[in-house]
Amino acid sequence: MTEDELEQAFYRRIENEEKIEPKDWMPEGYRQNLIRQISQHAHSEVIGMQPEGNWITRAPSLRRKAILLAKVQDEGGHGLYLYSTAETLGISRAEMIEALQSCKAKYASIFNYPAQTWADVGAIGWLVDGAAIVNQVSLQRTSYGPYSRSMIRICKEESFHQRQGYELMLTLCRGTEEQKAMAQDALNRFYWPALMMFGPHDSESAHSAKSMQWKIKRESNDDLRQKFIDQTVPQIEFLGLEHPDKDIRWNEERGHYDHGEIDWDEFYRVISGNGPCNRQRIQHHIRVHEEGAWVRDAMSAYQQKKRQRAQAA
Amino acid sequence: MAEQNTRQDTLEYAQRLGDDAVVLGHRLSEWCSNAPFLEEDLALANTALDFIGRARMYYGYAAELADDGRDEDDFAYLRDQRDYRNLLLHELPRGDFAFTQARQYFIDVYNQLFLEELRQSADERLAAIAAKAVKESRYHLRRSRDWMLRLGDGTEESHRRTQTAVDNLWGYTHELFELDPLEQRLVDAGVAVDVAALRDPWREQVGTLLDEATLRQPADDWAVRGGREGYHTENLGHLLTEMQALHRAYPGCSW
Ligand SMILES: [Fe+2]
Ligand SMILES: [Fe+2]
Repeated sequence: MTEDELEQAFYRRIENEEKIEPKDWMPEGYRQNLIRQISQHAHSEVIGMQPEGNWITRAPSLRRKAILLAKVQDEGGHGLYLYSTAETLGISRAEMIEALQSCKAKYASIFNYPAQTWADVGAIGWLVDGAAIVNQVSLQRTSYGPYSRSMIRICKEESFHQRQGYELMLTLCRGTEEQKAMAQDALNRFYWPALMMFGPHDSESAHSAKSMQWKIKRESNDDLRQKFIDQTVPQIEFLGLEHPDKDIRWNEERGHYDHGEIDWDEFYRVISGNGPCNRQRIQHHIRVHEEGAWVRDAMSAYQQKKRQRAQAA
Repeated sequence: MAEQNTRQDTLEYAQRLGDDAVVLGHRLSEWCSNAPFLEEDLALANTALDFIGRARMYYGYAAELADDGRDEDDFAYLRDQRDYRNLLLHELPRGDFAFTQARQYFIDVYNQLFLEELRQSADERLAAIAAKAVKESRYHLRRSRDWMLRLGDGTEESHRRTQTAVDNLWGYTHELFELDPLEQRLVDAGVAVDVAALRDPWREQVGTLLDEATLRQPADDWAVRGGREGYHTENLGHLLTEMQALHRAYPGCSW
């Protein structure tokens, strides 16, 4: 088949909602777009281990310590899984890590905010995993087969994280005044950044149009954000907390909540490196990677010795 | 009367084993997002989870025996370091990856032997905890043993680091095999493990592995002891300060 025919066949399959698989022909732009998105997703899982990891050693009960540790471990597992998904597109994990460390690749900007208090662990599970789920449920229908399947698998665990985060918040809200205040403060700090996770308005989004056409992305940033806003209102009410958005109002006609405008200056400020933790997150990743180099070297040296011995025998 | 004493001794024994587990679990959990590569972040977190789970089972049992309203968290979070009774090996800082794996290997070999015995305990509850834990420890041992081989027989640097770790850990291994009067009483009652009897099999296994990993077994020319009596290194205080800070800052709260 000629290049043109291949391309036509590709678009027919996209049209018919058939999944594209690693061995299939795909336009280079499609491949690159997927690599960008999937590796960014993988980096987010990995960098996201840091803010929550910050509380593992101080978790206030053994039960919470175990839950948190297991959760952070899950996120690492998601990272691994997504790195291998991206690898099906012909990029190596080492290349992706190099792109992360040289800031060529992005990760979810939410993780540039610090986890300052214990309640932040709850807020992150509830809101950040919650927002991720809304996005990922939609991505279960993405056109690239391996990515779609990883989303299905990962979403199950994310729902679990969200429930645990919410349950943590609920425990605080039913506790002492101080605990409830801690929960309110965490909600106030994480609510808006969680909304920002869905990205800029569709009109401003650099990759959106092409991604939608390729069915990599299935719903627009604003639609997904609205879903999240709608589902979060009753959850805040049930906790008995105040909604951080003073303009939140049910709109009967739209069947959705109207809401206040996001501080887009802050969004772009944090994305471009001026969040409280941007440098810390990347430097931590680099430091740990460098500190671990001798271990990885030892591993391959040992592997090689073993091979040589096997050959000699 | 004798029964009452055994109950009190068993409580103390369960608490000691809980202390070992919680302290090591804490040290291992410090590796999360600090490991040499992602797979190892997950593996170390997994091992940490097993030890935290173990601590909860031992403390939970201690709390039942105490029957004074305390729960597992009171044992973990509201005792000071002088009241902690863990063997010192567990509390040493995580060090580099070689130190962590060498310590883990020593403890895994020990636990595999120890728990196999504890499974036979006359105390059914301890026996049940051991039956679950020994399976985990067998798995931990497979991993830490592999790491000892890779690191010992890897590169010059990894060999040097691992030998240093083994040398620095060795003096803390002696107290693993010592019984105090309380444990001796429990051994006589068929409850506790006679750890003195574990020394030879431990040495044999460890010696063979060190050989295979091209590492040298250190001389027995120093030994530090005291964990079971509450005499600790300076490290435990810092560990507990961090671990207990939030819990203690809000007394009486549920989390
Ligand atoms: Fe995740
Ligand atoms: Fe998650």
